[in-house]
Amino acid sequence: MIYKLGNNGIKLISELGELTLFALSSIKSFLPQNHRLEKIVRAIYEIGVRCVPITLIVGLFTGLVLGLQLFYVLTKFSSESLLGQAVALSIILEIGPVFTAIMIVGQAGSALSAEIGIQRNAEQIDALSTMKINPIGFLVSPRVLAALICFPILTAAFNIIGIWGGYLSGVAMLGVDSGAYWTRIFESVSGQNVADSMLKAFVFGFLTTLVCAFQGYYTHIKASVPGSRGVSETTTRAVVISSIVILAADFVLTSFLLVR
Amino acid sequence: MSINKILQVRGMSKRFGDLVVLDNIDIDIPIGSHTTVIGKSGIGKSVLLKCMAGLLEPDAGIVEIDGKKGSFPHCSYMFQQNALFDSFNVFENIALPLRETQTLKREEIREKVEQIIEKLDLNSATYKYPAEISGGMKKRVALARALITNPEIILFDEPTTGLDPLRKYGVFDMISTYRKKFGFTVLMVSHDVPEVFEITDQIAWLEGGKIAFWGTPDELYADTPAPLKPFLNPKLETSL
Repeated sequence: MIYKLGNNGIKLISELGELTLFALSSIKSFLPQNHRLEKIVRAIYEIGVRCVPITLIVGLFTGLVLGLQLFYVLTKFSSESLLGQAVALSIILEIGPVFTAIMIVGQAGSALSAEIGIQRNAEQIDALSTMKINPIGFLVSPRVLAALICFPILTAAFNIIGIWGGYLSGVAMLGVDSGAYWTRIFESVSGQNVADSMLKAFVFGFLTTLVCAFQGYYTHIKASVPGSRGVSETTTRAVVISSIVILAADFVLTSFLLVR
Repeated sequence: MSINKILQVRGMSKRFGDLVVLDNIDIDIPIGSHTTVIGKSGIGKSVLLKCMAGLLEPDAGIVEIDGKKGSFPHCSYMFQQNALFDSFNVFENIALPLRETQTLKREEIREKVEQIIEKLDLNSATYKYPAEISGGMKKRVALARALITNPEIILFDEPTTGLDPLRKYGVFDMISTYRKKFGFTVLMVSHDVPEVFEITDQIAWLEGGKIAFWGTPDELYADTPAPLKPFLNPKLETSL
């Protein structure tokens, strides 16, 4: 039992060390690359543009549900007029960055992990090395940079559409005063709140893209079985670990941001 | 530094756990020659090639090219399954090393790629994806990608795996023809004994982590080491 615990602890520390080195390498490898802009634009399309529909749909329905739920809670305290404030702060500070990150991981993160894993199995990553092309710089760095751009933008879009969703359910369906809804939002949401939301998105983007790329890149080592089942295993693991990382990082960031 | 040997391996060793795959190996590959490494499956032929190419870290030993330790500035590698990028078309696959490692203009890259496409008779496949072309064509695309940077050495890892006899000879013919045309040095891992002897200059027989035989095909036939005989003339132990 103690042996097993210790062994798993060492494995975890070792994995964190590998991930840190991978992160440093992906940062360091970007500048020496040729055609950087072209690669970033392509990665922005893969991570950002493709995730717009899912982000907007989830944002809208999250706002709609939040409007209903918070209206139900606030009526108990005769405070329906606070609905706008409650919806906006919940979405901007917590739900927006977390849900957006989870949606992007589900769509783009899993695709990234699977793509790199397949490239590993097809010896394409080895082929890059023999061509003197840095595989991490070629495959990972542009994606990490694109994630740093896309996550905050998609989070902002989620926040806006979520607040509109809350407006639809709270104001259009349940009859909360429209003026009160918007006034409360403008009064309560500060620039700092928006900045905190963007900071979270930035951190989630960096961490999840690294985790997904890392799992794919080392699929030949990390998976318990080789081949396509191995890629499937590491892709699933990438999504699961990323989701946990998002929630854990959210807790840490929120702790610091709230006590500030 | 010797003048007539460009690739020198000295004391290369590699083990996986308790399994010793390469045991203090020394190899000299003469300029412009074709050397084929033969041996049983799983004996470590591909490991040797990968250690030479830097894809695997050897436990010990040095690799020198023209006296420069460790790196392969003019070396290309052809993988068993070609390792072409399936989302890139043929042109993009061949252009990849030029685009990513050199500072050539777009027109210069196009010119170089078109030249090699012409030389390797790949015109009809220029804008096709790897999934849309035949196995033989894929080999030629992989060779074109290996040749585009004008390497002095090309390492071939079982280039005829999974090919029928006709296509196998086609690949050997291609390697032999283009070696004469472009003047590169070949180091190949192959199971195709004795067919490969028709195009190779030297044979290295890897057995038990050591080079158990090194010589020309004629030398091999003239004085075949006893342990190599069953490998060259395998017979069924049971008859039907």
